[in-house]
Amino acid sequence: MPRQTRRVVITGTGTVTPFGLGTSALWSALCEGKSAVGPCRTFDFSGFPTNLVAQIPDELFDVKAVVPKSYRKATKVMARDTELAVGAAMQAIDEAKVQTKAHESGTVTIPPGRFGCHIGAGLIAAEENELTAALATARGADGKFDISVWGGEGMKNLTPLWMLKYLPNMLACHVTIIHDCQGPSNTITCAEASSLLSIGESMRVIGRGDADACISGGAESKTNLMGMMRQHYAKRLVTSAPGEEPGSVVRPFAPDAKGCVPGEGGGLLVLEAMDTAKARGATAIAELAGFGASQSFCPDTLGVDPAADGQGIIDAVEAALADAGIGPDAVDVIIPFGTGVPAVDAAERAAIQHVFGARAASIPLVTLTPSIGNCGAGNGAIAAAVAARCVAEQRLPARLNTKGAAGLDADACASRAAKVGTVLVFTPSLGGQNAAAIIRSIA
Amino acid sequence: MSARTPDGSPRIVVTGIGWVTPLGHDIETVWKRLLNAESGMAPTTRFDARTFPTTFAAEVRDYDVTRFVKDPKVHATAGLNSQFALGAASQAWKQAGFDAAPPRDPRRVGLYLGAGEGVLDVDNYIGSNLDAWDPATNAVDGVKWAKTALSRMTAAREIEQEPNMPLAHLAREFNARGPAYNCLTACAASTQAIGEAFSIIRRGDADVMIAGGTHTMIHLFGVTGFNRLTALSERKGDPTEASRPFSLDRGGFVMGEGSGMVIIETLEHALARGATPLAEVTGYGSSCDAYRITDIQPEGRGAAVAMGEALRQAGIDPHARGADGRPPIHYISAHGTGTKENDSIETKAVKRLFGDSAKDIPMSSIKSMMGHLIAAAGSVEFITCVLAIRDGIVPPTRNLKTPDPELDLDYVPNTARKVPVDVCISNNFGFGGQNDSLVVRRYQA
Repeated sequence: MPRQTRRVVITGTGTVTPFGLGTSALWSALCEGKSAVGPCRTFDFSGFPTNLVAQIPDELFDVKAVVPKSYRKATKVMARDTELAVGAAMQAIDEAKVQTKAHESGTVTIPPGRFGCHIGAGLIAAEENELTAALATARGADGKFDISVWGGEGMKNLTPLWMLKYLPNMLACHVTIIHDCQGPSNTITCAEASSLLSIGESMRVIGRGDADACISGGAESKTNLMGMMRQHYAKRLVTSAPGEEPGSVVRPFAPDAKGCVPGEGGGLLVLEAMDTAKARGATAIAELAGFGASQSFCPDTLGVDPAADGQGIIDAVEAALADAGIGPDAVDVIIPFGTGVPAVDAAERAAIQHVFGARAASIPLVTLTPSIGNCGAGNGAIAAAVAARCVAEQRLPARLNTKGAAGLDADACASRAAKVGTVLVFTPSLGGQNAAAIIRSIA
Repeated sequence: MSARTPDGSPRIVVTGIGWVTPLGHDIETVWKRLLNAESGMAPTTRFDARTFPTTFAAEVRDYDVTRFVKDPKVHATAGLNSQFALGAASQAWKQAGFDAAPPRDPRRVGLYLGAGEGVLDVDNYIGSNLDAWDPATNAVDGVKWAKTALSRMTAAREIEQEPNMPLAHLAREFNARGPAYNCLTACAASTQAIGEAFSIIRRGDADVMIAGGTHTMIHLFGVTGFNRLTALSERKGDPTEASRPFSLDRGGFVMGEGSGMVIIETLEHALARGATPLAEVTGYGSSCDAYRITDIQPEGRGAAVAMGEALRQAGIDPHARGADGRPPIHYISAHGTGTKENDSIETKAVKRLFGDSAKDIPMSSIKSMMGHLIAAAGSVEFITCVLAIRDGIVPPTRNLKTPDPELDLDYVPNTARKVPVDVCISNNFGFGGQNDSLVVRRYQA
């Protein structure tokens, strides 16, 4: 198998973010400099160091309104994460003007056997209210949980399909059923790197000829009790003071950065081989020109405190540049993870400065977390969708909150027109996996 | 033969294997027990399952990870899944010769695992939920929950549940810095992981990959989940008779746990460092049913596509016969869960692909003996294929005493069989519709 010869293009992007359904909604909000950070609606989180999250308002997203009519019943067995993936996929398919089984009429554009799907997912939290209502039926005489009651009658209070709601591959499962993708399908679970790794895998699958098109990206909701707690334990959570302006708490690369807020969101792309996309008359938004992946050395084994030298990130970025056949000089814009978690910021800063040297301070960064929080497995794909939009619009979104970012072009500023030929997107993860992608204008 | 296949890609060989399973913690012990048709099933001990519909499982017993790792302190917080993975991968790493002479460039050593999530801190999780439960509103009180949970749970225990943590532990243990992935496609995960690792090396993005799977779902919520789906055997009586793949009276699978890990690398890399190839991986196929969230496509369409693609990549015509008159595949390691649906559809898929030759290919399920290792199932079954080739013997399907008239292939009932094995295919199919197959063959210079 020779190295990849088929070029891969992005023909559609779909996102579900706290700004609603669709990349256009996200793009407008980012350009206007909005933040969706605020108190959580579903639970009172004031028992944590912050009660702030970036949540999708119900009025902006209802999965039932998105799926084909015949599939509405199945939304009952979708966890929040799956809803986000299903919504984002539908948007991406529509933007790519691909006809699938979901449209319930007409001829499908991509043969099902040539249509793959790679979706990054997180550790999906069971819905606490649903589960606890069942657990509460298994209390013993002392009011405590009695496993013998649970094993007999108690568990029957859970719907038979309960577990299937929470398997990470249910995101891809529902998406592949809805759009009839019978080609290679995978679910990558590497925390925040998941969706960019998925995009990379789709690129390889298309490159080696195992599919002509893939729905690719990731989704996750961290705005639940377990998500909140694990972010707290992973030292990712901001500490906010009562009365503090919610939109101002996340400050990537700022000297006074103090953490991030959990978000929820999904991003999915339609990736296609350039040759088959051309043949069907598709409009390519941008090219996915390079990809790289690596593992960091984690001093604490788990990656809660990442290595300060950013070496793993450097390896992934350099591999992506080499894969695209370009040098660092070709990069116009960078979309890092940019969490505002000081240790993660430091590793990313070190990596950018190592790869780009003297240019590091003058390459504009796009920072998304002040607006949409940490969307876990959704991050890299949402960033990729934004990168494609930057290329298409020749514009950069606004940046929020950061003042005095040392050695990087990351301070708050308004949206502006810019020459955007090549964008580097990268994401390190809790756990040490890194992914990097090069997205550039179609040449 | 050269170090490259006819299409110009590098040949990929297995140079190390290791597993931690309900039948033991080293290759030879487990292999011997499989060939003796022994069962790893017994009453569940990890939690009190006496009132559950299923009261037994195949558990890993008397396992001590500190025997395997360089510095146990580095892995002090590792969950069971990571502990199993460390033991399995250490065996494979050692067999490959890397403990004596580590790879020169860590950035050329990647990881691709199909590892399952870690185990919830069950007691404290349930306790926090119930303490915060407000029956008046039918909802959990978030403030109360946070207070209880933060006082009872611990950071390491929570973070270790993330499915990429086995990856983090292995990366640290072996200083692997190349491409690193974890996939979680239910029961197909580790077959897919080995297949994608194979593809990464073929493409030239790494020289060596550590690949495999690890999982345990033998805990309150895992068993609850599968019991609610009625996927587990609820057989009364002797647990060692509960897993009955391909038998007329099969009634579901038995939960197992553990890990299988392999080292794969380019033939060129292996020979240059003087390693001994154990087998060659020649084909990988992957497909998706896109059918239903619970059911397998009834004709086995996706399964046949995955097998067919793996054969095509390996340059094997399913209808050809060898010089000895045998079919081109000498052993099929079946997914063979022992559920009504899986075993009958898998049989259909094999017939669909191999036609008249299907009945001449021995096909067995080691899940009848070590249970279903879920995300790790494919990894131990792949290793079984490597051993079948090495020793010219295929493991049996235990408890196959009442044949199902609808299932008419050669399932190697009850007794291992000596037969020359040069080429095998290993299949796994997951909830959610993923189908993955690998072709592995005898290494010939």
